[in-house]
Amino acid sequence: MSTFTENHKKLERNVTLLGIGAFIAVAIGGVVEIAPLFWIDNTIEKVEGMRPYTPLEQVGRDIYVREGCYACHSQMIRPFRDEVERYGHYSLAAESMYDHPFQWGSKRTGPDLARVGQRYSDEWHVQHLKDPRSVVPESVMPPYSFLADADIDVSRIGEKLKALRAVGVPYSERDIERALIDIKAQANPEVDAEDFAERYPKAQIRDFDGDPNRLTEMDAMVAYMQMLGTLVDVNSVAAQEELAAEKGR
Amino acid sequence: MDTVVSRAGLWLALLLLAFAGAALAHDGGFAVHMGIVAFAALVGLWWTVGSADYAGIAQGILRTPTDPSRYDDDPVRWGMIATVFWAVIGLVAGLLIALQLAYPLLNLEPWFNFGRLRPLHTSGVIFAFGGNVLIATSFYVVQRTCRARLAFPGLARFVFWGYQMFIVLAASGYLLGVTQSREYAEPEWYVDLWLTIVWVAYLVVFVGTLARRAEPHIYVANWFYLSFILTIAMLHIVNNLAVPVSIVGSQSYPVFAGVQDALTQWWYGHNAVAFFLTVPFLAMMYYFVPKQAERPIYSYRLSILHFWSIIFLYIWAGPHHLLYTALPDWAQTLGVVFSIMLWMPSWGGMINGLMTLNGAWDKVRTDPIIRLMVMALAFYGMATFEGPMLSIKAVNSLSHYTDWTVGHVHAGALGWNGMISFAAVYYLVPRLWQRERLYSLRWVNWHFWLATVGIVFYAAAMWVAGVMQGLMWREYGPDGYLVNSFVETVVALHPLYLLRAVGGSLYLIGALFMVANVWLTILGKQRVEAPMNEAAHDPAADRPIVAVPAE
Repeated sequence: MSTFTENHKKLERNVTLLGIGAFIAVAIGGVVEIAPLFWIDNTIEKVEGMRPYTPLEQVGRDIYVREGCYACHSQMIRPFRDEVERYGHYSLAAESMYDHPFQWGSKRTGPDLARVGQRYSDEWHVQHLKDPRSVVPESVMPPYSFLADADIDVSRIGEKLKALRAVGVPYSERDIERALIDIKAQANPEVDAEDFAERYPKAQIRDFDGDPNRLTEMDAMVAYMQMLGTLVDVNSVAAQEELAAEKGR
Repeated sequence: MDTVVSRAGLWLALLLLAFAGAALAHDGGFAVHMGIVAFAALVGLWWTVGSADYAGIAQGILRTPTDPSRYDDDPVRWGMIATVFWAVIGLVAGLLIALQLAYPLLNLEPWFNFGRLRPLHTSGVIFAFGGNVLIATSFYVVQRTCRARLAFPGLARFVFWGYQMFIVLAASGYLLGVTQSREYAEPEWYVDLWLTIVWVAYLVVFVGTLARRAEPHIYVANWFYLSFILTIAMLHIVNNLAVPVSIVGSQSYPVFAGVQDALTQWWYGHNAVAFFLTVPFLAMMYYFVPKQAERPIYSYRLSILHFWSIIFLYIWAGPHHLLYTALPDWAQTLGVVFSIMLWMPSWGGMINGLMTLNGAWDKVRTDPIIRLMVMALAFYGMATFEGPMLSIKAVNSLSHYTDWTVGHVHAGALGWNGMISFAAVYYLVPRLWQRERLYSLRWVNWHFWLATVGIVFYAAAMWVAGVMQGLMWREYGPDGYLVNSFVETVVALHPLYLLRAVGGSLYLIGALFMVANVWLTILGKQRVEAPMNEAAHDPAADRPIVAVPAE
């Protein structure tokens, strides 16, 4: 027997050594690949326009997560000519920096949604979510008409923002205090939303689901759809210059 | 008596805690889950109080042999039944969602929409079917190869029932909308905590049994099981780090975001494939293939080499799920390089398994269980060649986001994981229930062919679907514009989705043969059938051919 197998016998006679050896072998890869992402500066490029989700958008995002939309829709446009022409500018790392969890997806049974915001009307989204085949006859998407009947439990919105702040989303004290007012203000044109609009630039303020009297999950879902990919002006001169100067990211 | 009282007290405490959780719940999903926990605690309480009677009842229901074998095999027996049960649930869910993609009318909102059923299918087959077969076989194998009874028998039973609890909470959660939407790590924070407890108990039982071994060496299968248990613990804990919105609510937010979250998730996701669906199934191969073939493992040196290289290299391969995304280039490149290197240790395992049949290849013709094992290894080899190929950037630019990935996964899951598990079930059931043989070996043969043909339909349909969809997305006309709208690719996939459902149905029918076969074997019945290993003697044909002059 060679020394190689002789030496290995030490390991296979000792469960502690074997366990420690195996654990070291499996720990290295993850440490080398994941840890640097947290301290290498150019992992996430610095771009203008990113802000945390508004309370209503975040509730919409929570519904997106709850319904498992990632199983069929990606939110990650790759830098290929066909994808950029079909879906818009390729996705930047910064654009998902407040996404807990990320929803890049792995399968496109339906189209990418990273820049779906403001491409369709609110009415289209509501109709499409209620009955996808009424607007796209060939679609295989499930219907989500129950969203229009489900009222949002707004009493928990402050807790949600607090939990998000605990994982690193920079909500201010005022954002959390006024979360309940903000969520109503965004979907109700009657409410004064000046303060809200100031803290959440580019927030779209209107009734989304066609029923101004109720704040439903449909409001939240459509608000989320309509803001996807709209925060960063990727085609501005400044953004293009910065992206052109990027190296080795 | 003391233990009965203290155990009953524990159950009562859990019951009250779950009851309080249900009463204070912030959302319906959490309330339902606490209700399930309360129900389980009630059952546990009832069982503890009346345990003497219950053991008798259990023996009657499960047909446990009255003469207990030398090894502690009760959890293995339960595990076999759970394996077969969850296999059917997982496969039925898979067939249903496959049909939903062909006929969207089958979506019954909100509970039975595709987005909620899909994790039910993936978790059902990976964690319920796969997890049960792994826990059961590891308990069986570790006892035999250590020549020792299970350490901590009570804890081993807790592992079994605790794991079923995890499955029930996870599966019901998906339908109720309780999910983190992290692929293959969908269960919410409290279910993850529960699994952590169960998993630590599993580690304790397994390592405890290894420590009690009567053999000086730890057999190679146990290296694989051990690294599986350790690594899954590491992956599960890191990937599920989250902050719950409320201690009495089901929702939580993961601690990482965006790029970091993506790589953590795929570090987990790819290694769920590696350390749940590959490494411990190789452990099964290392025990059951030599046993069934009655030949020793082909190469001891190769097993050392490929064990250490496979566990070291696999961890790095996660980024190949994120090629051309916003993940930094250096991480993508590392992922690609290690994915391609993985081809070699993967084939090392396949070669070690297949070459074990040296001198016993005739059994492929006569023993359908060996046939299942050989086909499993062939699919393992095919899938572990396809995987590195798909992680080459140029190939991935076409295949990513398409059904090619789905086809690849199923070649591995149905072919490798499914068939090696079925072989282990067929090997174990007659031995565990002390039956002379299976109810029917010819039904095993039926199962084998239905499954094989099913996989071929499935994989071929998905290859065509994936390549076609990828090419259609990037097709440009002479005018320089994209030729296809997205929905045109959806229409084009319809016939292939139907073919995939045909393949899935065949595979499911094969599994139903297994259910019946296992059930009847446990009942102690034997089908009267011609044996598979003898050519029938025909006296009429037993004569020389005499030339007959033409007329």
